[in-house]
Parts: sequence; C-alpha cells; structure tokens
Amino acid sequence: MEIKVTVNGKKFTSDVEPRTLLVHYVREVLNLTGTNVGCDTSSCGACSLHLDGEAVKSCTILAVQADGAEITTIEGMAAADGTLHPMQQAFMENHGLQCGFCTPGMVMAATSLLKEIPNPTEEEVRIGLEGNLCRCTGYHNIVKAVLAAAGK
Amino acid sequence: MIPAAFEYVRASSAAEAISLIGQHGSDAKFIAGGHSLLPMMKLRLAQPAVLVDISRISDLSYIKDAGDHIAIGAMTRHMDVEKSSVLAQHAPLLAHAASHVGDPQVRHRGTIGGSIAHADPASDLPATTLALGATYVVRGPSGTREIAASDFYKSFLESDLAEDEMLTEIRVPKMNGAGWSFQKFNRRAQDWAIVGVAAWRGANGSGVGLVNMGQTPILASSVSSALAGGASIADAAALAVADAQPSADNNATVEYRTHLAKVLVRRALEQASA
Repeated sequence: MEIKVTVNGKKFTSDVEPRTLLVHYVREVLNLTGTNVGCDTSSCGACSLHLDGEAVKSCTILAVQADGAEITTIEGMAAADGTLHPMQQAFMENHGLQCGFCTPGMVMAATSLLKEIPNPTEEEVRIGLEGNLCRCTGYHNIVKAVLAAAGK
Repeated sequence: MIPAAFEYVRASSAAEAISLIGQHGSDAKFIAGGHSLLPMMKLRLAQPAVLVDISRISDLSYIKDAGDHIAIGAMTRHMDVEKSSVLAQHAPLLAHAASHVGDPQVRHRGTIGGSIAHADPASDLPATTLALGATYVVRGPSGTREIAASDFYKSFLESDLAEDEMLTEIRVPKMNGAGWSFQKFNRRAQDWAIVGVAAWRGANGSGVGLVNMGQTPILASSVSSALAGGASIADAAALAVADAQPSADNNATVEYRTHLAKVLVRRALEQASA
C-alpha cells in the first residue's frame, strides 16, 4: 500500500506492507536508526517519536496508520547546522544518559511533555515520563535535564 | 515481532466501516488506536485477515454536554478524555481514570471506544464507565441500539457487540457533584492494575466498579446496596468481592487480590465520602 509521510521535514512516498510497523519503516526503509526498538511491546518507550507533534510508541503503530502524517524522529531535533535541540543540550549538560539506548525516546517523550506542560514540577516530569524506561537507572539526571530544558 | 499478514482498509464514516466489516465477515477486525489489538497481533494471539481502520472517522471524536449526560464519541483518545474541561466538571472520575491508562504515548493513540470494545477486565475505563452507569451506543447494518454498561460485558474480552456492530458513543450520566475516587494498585507505573476501584458516592446513591477482579469488569452492587441500607463504609467494603470472581496470575493469588479489593474499596469509599 502506498503511503505519503513527511519525516523531519522531508516528504516520502513509499510502498509498504500493511503489517509494517512504523518503527521498522523509519529504521529500515528511511534508514533513520536513531529510533530504537527496545521491548517491542509498547512498554519501554525507546521507539518514541512524534506523530503530528505528539510522542507515540512507533512499535505499536502501523506505517499505514501514519499515512499523511508529519513525523519527527531524533534525527530531526537538532538544527540544520548541527546545533542541538535545547532538550538534547540539557541531557548533555546534566548527564542525562549513560548507555544512551533510551535517550532518543526520552528526548522525544520529554519534548512532547513540555508542549503539554511547559513548566512542569519534578513530579509532573516523573509522571510524564512513565512510558520510558532507563535500564541504567539514570532517571535522576534525566528529570534534572527535562527541568533544565523547561527553564528551571 | 511482526503481525501476520493482513489486508488493510480505511473507513471515513461509521456507515462505510460497518459496510466494510460486513463485506469481510468474521475474519475482519476494527482498529482504532490499535493499542490493545496490535500487541495481540504482534504476539499472534490475534490474526485478523482484514483490518478496517476507523481511527480517522473524525465525527466520532467529541465530548459533548447532552443535558443529563455527557456524550463521548468512541474515537475520542484517552488524552482528550483526560484533559476535557466538560468531563472535569461533570464526570471527573472518568477524566481522572483516563489519566491512568498506560502512559502519555499510549494515551495519544488509544481511544475510549477501543478500550471498551476490547472488554478487558484489567482495563481502567470499562470498570469506570460501568461504575458510572454509562450507556454504550452501538451501530450495526440495521441501525443503532443502546446497551447499558451493566449488560455489555459477557466474558473475558467478549462483549455484547455483534461482529458487524461498532461502538460509536459512550453516554456517561453527570455526576452532579458526587464524591469520587479512583484507586489503582500496581507494581510499576504504566502497568495494568493488579486491582483497581472506580467509585462515586452522592445524593442518588453510589457506584463501585472493580478492575481485574473477574472475567469481566465488575459492578460491586452488594457494596452499593449495603451503603444504601445504611451500612458503614467498613461493613460495605467487606462486601467488595461479593460480586467478583478473582483469579490468580503472576502478580497476585486469589487471596491477595481479595484482600486488596476490600482495602481499596474501603479507601475509595472514604475518599468519595469525604
């Protein structure tokens, strides 16, 4: 089935099998491998990306369901000249990552959270990131990074 | 994990969706947000031959004040239920329960209609709408019918919906300022409840729904009857499992679940009565 999507500002038209998951489409067809597959059961959040501006878990969405959508992946967060997105910068400055596997999903979930709650409390950040797991248990600095990005 | 192959068709109206499901018969399934169905398809627990995508039927996404009740379109996402000012005013228990479904990413996709049609006794919204005395509006080839939530749930993941029928609207009576509480006990954030309780108590009586306490969401009618008869909260809560059939799983034995239900119903009633 033919789908048309805009990913990180670029338009793509692709022929996909209906059963192709959005995360596989992004990784294997578009070669955007920053979006990770972690648990593959919509628990861990490593596959989070933005669909029409909101964080979603791309392991639990069919590519055909994203037809017509605007998608942003972690590769689309930094500016064209390489300047990091403020959330990426905040993760770097606050040591918000250890192994880095959960980081793309954390950044996408956190930026979506700040759109909905621009000035969250620490508790709101912790609750807002409940859909993202970090196996290095780096939550403390991740929360610090999100609060820093929110201007606190 | 990748689902078994299937054919995908997209409906732009409820009438088209019902016509498409009729053409493809019992091998076809509706898909809305897909956050219950796709995980099952990835595990090959479900292998529909055809998916009819109803998530783009935009006129089924709404929350309206309809006088004595609030009408919610079946394709309304959990996030929109959670953030609705109409529900915050008239059915705050439902808005709050929606904020406990999955996590934000899940709530950006999952719909109230999908959750109810899936009829999972471990889900938050079936038991919550049951407690609130909701009515579900269902559309089929020969028109619409209304089903009381208390008549809807038949068995594990089985409802009164026929194969060619689609849930289109959820009608939730206004709570009129009744007290309420939502208790969800789980081991990890985002998990299903090991036991959950949705309760309200007001001038017109009370309603108590139990999550994950049987093959279907459970209406704890014995608790409400006891309260109506003047029983104390403690005595009413002791009847929490009178209408339930809890079973054991990896998280809890029957005994543990029974104990938990009594404790959570007591807490819920105390909060709803405060």
